[in-house]
Amino acid sequence: MEKFIVVEKVKKIYHGPEGGVQALRQIDLTVDEGEFVAIMGPSGSGKSTLLSIIGAMNPPSEGRLLVDEIDIYGLRQEKLADFRHEYLGFVFQELQLIPYLTAIENVLLPLAISNNISSKEKWQLAQEVLEKIGLGDKARRLPSQLSGGEQERVAIARAIVSDPPILLADEPTGSLDSKTGEEIMKLFQILNQEEQRTIIMVTHNREAAQFAQRVILIRDGEIIGEERLKT
Amino acid sequence: MRLSHISLSNLKRRKGKTLFLALGLLIGIATVVTLLSITQAMKEDINKKLDEFGANIVIVPKSDNLSLSYGGVTISSVSSEVKELSEEDAAKIRTIKNKENINIVAPKLLGAVDAEGKRALLVGVLFPDELKLKKWWEWKGKKPSNSNDLILGSEAAKKLRKKISEKLRINGEEFRVVAVLKETGSQEDGLIFADLKETQKLLGKPGSISLIEVAAWCYSCPIEEIVRQTSQVLPQAKVSAVKQVVQSKMYTLEMFSQFSIVLSLVVLFIGSLIVLTTMMSSVNERTREIGIFRAIGYRKSHIMKIILLEALVVSLASGLLGYLLGTSTAKLLAPKVAGLSVAIGWNPLLVIGAVGLAILIGLLGSLYPAWRASHLDPAQALRFI
Repeated sequence: MEKFIVVEKVKKIYHGPEGGVQALRQIDLTVDEGEFVAIMGPSGSGKSTLLSIIGAMNPPSEGRLLVDEIDIYGLRQEKLADFRHEYLGFVFQELQLIPYLTAIENVLLPLAISNNISSKEKWQLAQEVLEKIGLGDKARRLPSQLSGGEQERVAIARAIVSDPPILLADEPTGSLDSKTGEEIMKLFQILNQEEQRTIIMVTHNREAAQFAQRVILIRDGEIIGEERLKT
Repeated sequence: MRLSHISLSNLKRRKGKTLFLALGLLIGIATVVTLLSITQAMKEDINKKLDEFGANIVIVPKSDNLSLSYGGVTISSVSSEVKELSEEDAAKIRTIKNKENINIVAPKLLGAVDAEGKRALLVGVLFPDELKLKKWWEWKGKKPSNSNDLILGSEAAKKLRKKISEKLRINGEEFRVVAVLKETGSQEDGLIFADLKETQKLLGKPGSISLIEVAAWCYSCPIEEIVRQTSQVLPQAKVSAVKQVVQSKMYTLEMFSQFSIVLSLVVLFIGSLIVLTTMMSSVNERTREIGIFRAIGYRKSHIMKIILLEALVVSLASGLLGYLLGTSTAKLLAPKVAGLSVAIGWNPLLVIGAVGLAILIGLLGSLYPAWRASHLDPAQALRFI
């Protein structure tokens, strides 16, 4: 396994009116291709900041991020957007579906800016992905007509529809009951094991973290330990 | 699925905001279209009614004497000391560069005569042209058809005690009164109008003309230009423009035109402010949504495209509806308020103009909100920070 994601000496300071707040002190982290990593820590520990830095949305104050040997924050703005489109799929903390688009339209969002496939192929692909996650019959429903678990699945379908190698998830089970949460985590496990996607998930839920291969513990902006799990 | 799908879906979802945005633009465009249509109709109306205003150029021989007044128009002396104009001079008027703008040329010969023992002023005219020129004339009787037919002014008829069909001897020659003018309130009331040729014969001035009244209209060039050209072909004559009537109409039109432009600009400015504030508030409400787009990998240009496409769709619809509403309003208002007799039609050029203007304002008003949206920090928008 090669080092696919390298977080190198990353620091993040947020500057506010009352001075700087150090969200990340110094983070060194590597994630192999096809690995499923959970980042655990209490609220305010800096785990979401770390995820946003890995997600190419939040440049670090110091240090660098390498993905597939690309120095991500050395890229220009538009190339950074292209990188996110090509490499990353996001599943956000709150169910970030666009409320006025149906389930299948939400799934289609990453494909709307792809020029290499026809409109018909895009719709077919989105339908296939929805069927794969068990929502083929609810494709035309609006998010408000779906349960929390179903919305989470739609968000996952959207994250994987353009076949990115990396999935980033921020508290994916945060708003779900334990049974649904478990189902979602199993889905992540399948995406990791069967499709070899690299998954980095931020959670404070230990049960959810158990589905990962490795758990990184973070507190006060520092990695305080890690745990390898047998799944 | 394309970006336009996202724009259209958002417009459908935010019906209230979309309607507000469309109304802001629609009212602006409709106002502009109404004012433009009415202004245009007023111009056409003036053009159409021009011959009703009578002559707007008077040509008299050059003279050093004091002026006489005729028909409310100040003219040079028509005394015999001055070399009079000729019929050839009248014909030359139709040879000027702007000859297409000459509507009517009405030559006249004036002379004092003896009408059955009373001194009177006889005016020799070409009746067909004279009657065309003086649309406001109302008379009893019929149009002159013979060379010895006369039209009497109301005052002249009273003083000479003549009625329609009665004979009148002028300088010993016999004429017949075929019509009597209703009172005009001008000097015409005291005049006797006869055929030009007969008058020339009677006064012993064959081919002579005292003055020429011309009705000319030039939409695109000033009347002064026609005066200048006429002076060139008639160097021995004094050519003056009678501007009051047309000018006051044109002045009113110019004022209305300027008022329309100012009002249109104000309304359009308000329209663009409505677009700006509505789009800004829409962008603010959609911060997280835009954050999602950016996280998914949408470029700044994609975000701008989504916002501007929304503005484009609303502007297009508002432009079309604004044109329809504006033209309908103008059609309704023109005859009632402005008293215009010209019909306001559906103008394809105005459709293009209205839609183009709506799009321009819609896009200009949305440019900053779109730029703001495209520059949203995705991490901040998604509350990672």
